[in-house]
Amino acid sequence: MSLLSYFFGSKPKTASVAKERLSLIIAHERTSNRAPDFLPALQKELIEVISKYVNVGLDDIKVQLEKQDNCEILEVNITLPEQPQK
Amino acid sequence: MTRVIVITSGKGGVGKTTTSASISSGLALRGFKTAVIDFDVGLRNLDLIMGCERRVVYDLVNVINGEANLSQALIKDKHCENLFILPASQTRDKDALTEEGVEKVLKDLSHMGFEYVVCDSPAGIERGAVMALTFADEAIVVSNPEVSSVRDSDRILGILQSKSRRAIEGREPVKEHLLITRYAPKRVEEGEMLSYKDVQELLRVPLIGVIPESDDVLQASNQGTPAIHLKDSDVATAYQDVVARFLDEDRPLRFVSYEKPGILKRLFGGK
Ligand SMILES: Nc1ncnc2c1ncn2[C@@H]1O[C@H](COP(=O)(O)OP(=O)(O)O)[C@@H](O)[C@H]1O
Ligand SMILES: [Mg+2]
Repeated sequence: MSLLSYFFGSKPKTASVAKERLSLIIAHERTSNRAPDFLPALQKELIEVISKYVNVGLDDIKVQLEKQDNCEILEVNITLPEQPQK
Repeated sequence: MTRVIVITSGKGGVGKTTTSASISSGLALRGFKTAVIDFDVGLRNLDLIMGCERRVVYDLVNVINGEANLSQALIKDKHCENLFILPASQTRDKDALTEEGVEKVLKDLSHMGFEYVVCDSPAGIERGAVMALTFADEAIVVSNPEVSSVRDSDRILGILQSKSRRAIEGREPVKEHLLITRYAPKRVEEGEMLSYKDVQELLRVPLIGVIPESDDVLQASNQGTPAIHLKDSDVATAYQDVVARFLDEDRPLRFVSYEKPGILKRLFGGK
């Protein structure tokens, strides 16, 4: 550390980097680690129902539970296959 | 009514055992009949911190296996009238702690009139840590202002909210408190360390106190005296404040800001 930066304190603020990184990873892990046990079963049953009508596979359905403040949001994302033009 | 308090963190070496020793001593000093249990099976340490290592005859696993009864295994603390220590076993058998066994020990302590039972959790998120928090009414989550510790604290909060009896039975959730230890106000001031406000904002758990980083903790453990008993020590005062807040008394935060030494002091040194 140079004498100048000692007196004027121009060191990078690593604490704010730490906070930024933590807020991202914690938010991510909260949604993935705290997913309730029924999510995989729900996903499986949804696929069974939907595949009666359209041709979808296991990877085409994403089920996610997100927590925002006081409410939980169940997000179901279904990617439909491209329909061949009749 | 007995209140069960777990001291937990996920990460190791953050100050759980130091905190368990001081908080249980603090509660006993306030007149509450208190027991402190070492759940760190295989790595018994609380006995050393409490200074009772040479009086250990039986341990938690002996009691669970019916090889000793509870009153034989409980060690009376040498500093506080109302405090008893239940040491961990040195066995390497990780399955030695059973849920039924732990539940029975806690029930028996309750029948013996204990008002507080403090559970010193091992590190990790495996069986031992889960056992320590299963029956908790309150949890003190110990965190250092450091990335891996904060992340692990968040993991353990998730486990409290899913695996504790209170959570499983849908009762009122475990009351959570955040305790930040090994805090260095100077480094926070210089932007090198997460502030207690940062940590609290990230974890979103009510703050019960901040314990400064201090050489006194080593002095205390060298002698087998819980840090809360030290004279003229910021750490002791900070732990007394934590106990007071735990008992719903109002205490402003101390030891969280750094007084910059004047320019002369900076040039000529001094602490
Ligand atoms: N406030 C503090 N200041 C300085 N050192 C501390 C402080 N709290 C704990 N320590 C030290 O950190 C180490 C780990 O503490 P310990 O209580 O055994 O943690 P854990 O039970 O979480 O593994 C010990 O060497 C202890 O002396
Ligand atoms: Mg420990």
